[in-house]
Amino acid sequence: MTSFLTGLGPIYPEIIIAIGAMALLMYGVFRPETDANAEATGWLGVLVLATAAMTVALDPPAPASLFEGAFVSDRFTDFAKLLVIAGSAFALMLSFDYFRRVKSLKFEYPVLVLLATVGMLIMVSANDLITLYLGLELQSLALYVLAAFRRDNVKSSEAGLKYFVLGALSSGMLLYGASLIYGYTGSTNFTAIAAVAQGKAAAESLGLIIGLVFLLVGIAFKISAVPFHMWTPDVYEGAPTPVTALFAAAPKIAALALLVRTMHGAFPGLGPQWQQVITLLAIASMLLGAVAAIGQTNIKRLMAYSSIGHVGYALVGLAPNSPEGMQSVLIYLAIYLVMTLGVFAVIVSLHRKEGQVVEIADLAGLSKTNLPLAFALFILLFSLAGIPPLAGFFAKFYVFAAAIKAGLYPLAIIGVLSSVIGAYYYLRVVKVMFFDEAKDKLLPVPRVPGMIVVAASVFVIFFAVFAGPVVDAAAAAAKVFKF
Amino acid sequence: MALTAVFFYIFAVLAVVSGAMVIIAKNPVHAVLFLILAFFNAAGLFVLLGAEFLAMLLVIVYVGAVAVLFLFVVMMLDVDFAELKAGFIKNAPVGLLVGGTVLAELVALFMARGFGAGIAKAPAAVMPTAASGISNTEALGRILYTKYAFFFQGAGLILLVAMVGAIVLTLRQREGVKRQSVPVQNARDPATAIEIVKVPTGSAVVPSAEAQR
Repeated sequence: MTSFLTGLGPIYPEIIIAIGAMALLMYGVFRPETDANAEATGWLGVLVLATAAMTVALDPPAPASLFEGAFVSDRFTDFAKLLVIAGSAFALMLSFDYFRRVKSLKFEYPVLVLLATVGMLIMVSANDLITLYLGLELQSLALYVLAAFRRDNVKSSEAGLKYFVLGALSSGMLLYGASLIYGYTGSTNFTAIAAVAQGKAAAESLGLIIGLVFLLVGIAFKISAVPFHMWTPDVYEGAPTPVTALFAAAPKIAALALLVRTMHGAFPGLGPQWQQVITLLAIASMLLGAVAAIGQTNIKRLMAYSSIGHVGYALVGLAPNSPEGMQSVLIYLAIYLVMTLGVFAVIVSLHRKEGQVVEIADLAGLSKTNLPLAFALFILLFSLAGIPPLAGFFAKFYVFAAAIKAGLYPLAIIGVLSSVIGAYYYLRVVKVMFFDEAKDKLLPVPRVPGMIVVAASVFVIFFAVFAGPVVDAAAAAAKVFKF
Repeated sequence: MALTAVFFYIFAVLAVVSGAMVIIAKNPVHAVLFLILAFFNAAGLFVLLGAEFLAMLLVIVYVGAVAVLFLFVVMMLDVDFAELKAGFIKNAPVGLLVGGTVLAELVALFMARGFGAGIAKAPAAVMPTAASGISNTEALGRILYTKYAFFFQGAGLILLVAMVGAIVLTLRQREGVKRQSVPVQNARDPATAIEIVKVPTGSAVVPSAEAQR
């Protein structure tokens, strides 16, 4: 009876955050509802996330599995979990000044962010279809509520409702796929599925492959890969900006890690089958992300298409099914996280007296009114475009190098072409900031987002200098999987 | 055995017929009642399969909670179902054509390639036999809190999120709501509860701010 209680070490991060969220809920409920108390809850939430990150960092590197193989922990999960926790923590830090300015600072916000983070960590560690689904739902439900968090704002409510309806649809597809997989293999555990789904019999089993495709569709919804991306621009535009920052950062990394684990953990025997799907998703996402962003006037919608494109580039690294590819995906995710959080730290800070600024045209002449901010945004956007020697270039370089090494030349060529097309819309924002006539002055940038912008810019500029640890950690994490 | 088959066909036919009636019924309240009938028949099928716990859950959760909730929604919200269904007959042929095509394609696909029975499946968990003295419910309980403890807790967290979310999105602190506070009521004494007002002849008594509160 004690067997499942002893040795809970690998799941401590999840337990810490879950208990922290419940404690913060109590703390928030029993204190007067003031902005100061809500912000204190938020900072305590950041502290809980930092503690969990420490626990992950101290996690022994040897692979471990818990609950009869339903939950695994190894170098790969540690790497992904650190990224997810960092994404959630920084997105949470961005939220306080924003919500104070729009007068909806509430203590439930950090609680929901923490619970969503628990869901993401469970997704990263999932080694069972049930774990996968529970993690995904925990994460998604909390995020639906966060999208509608400014409930008096029509766009925010619309974003929450749209995300909920389409998310429920994708969950349905995912569950249908999972039930087919369970039916044809007789198990929900990835290791057991991998043992059965091998060889010619599995490759010819129509039911199993239909199940696999439905599962992929469900996950593709969550990472917003084309053609399952329709919800992304509307939700990114409507949700409160710090929530959009969270959407763009943490859940994408968790869902991509889940995709990697599901494909490599449960379906190594069906490699050619899922590689086709991933390749198609990658090409479609890169092209749509590059082309559709051109016409956007709202900077949050622009970032939504940008994130769709970046998911495409990350999937390019997954398509070769090689150790280099896996390493490149992880490096890509780490760099993407920093760049996105940096850009959103800028967007969150763009306020006028009348309210938030979300139109690209409103950025006109930012270089004259606030040169440091304009310069930081310029650096971050160039990095997103993939211009050397900034971090974004190295991210794309590793991914395309892995694709070329595996002989996937069409994929690499389409990737490079679409990143050239994509550079146009990033450059357009820079042009508006530096060469258009100045508009009214913006409110000063609050301290916390300012610091995050500076940190992200420094990381992006000097990535080449201290890339070593990130690349090494990604290589160690990629070794977890056999190819 | 023959008796089981008879009951199976009774439950199955009733379930399908009442399922069809749910979408055919003109009156939405009747539709919900047919839904409840469908649930009961499905529960009967579960009993025939030896899964009496699932049958109980179906009756308690779906009939007891979900269907009643549906009834409330149908009665409270004034949804014009007749209007929603107005295009049903007109669009039915197109829907049948599309659905039929997809069905035919799927059948053709499976006829051509088979269902993939060739995979050696992982061994399934054994159902407790009647002789072992462990009931269905007990067997579920034994693994739910041991082997599946993690899933159980995870599901609990999801419910917590649902609760927090519902409160965040709907609770409003309204101004001017009068609430009862028992300690305050008990702590009142004549000095604070009674106010003596000198009323000049011919004018009305205007309660003070304290008394209004």
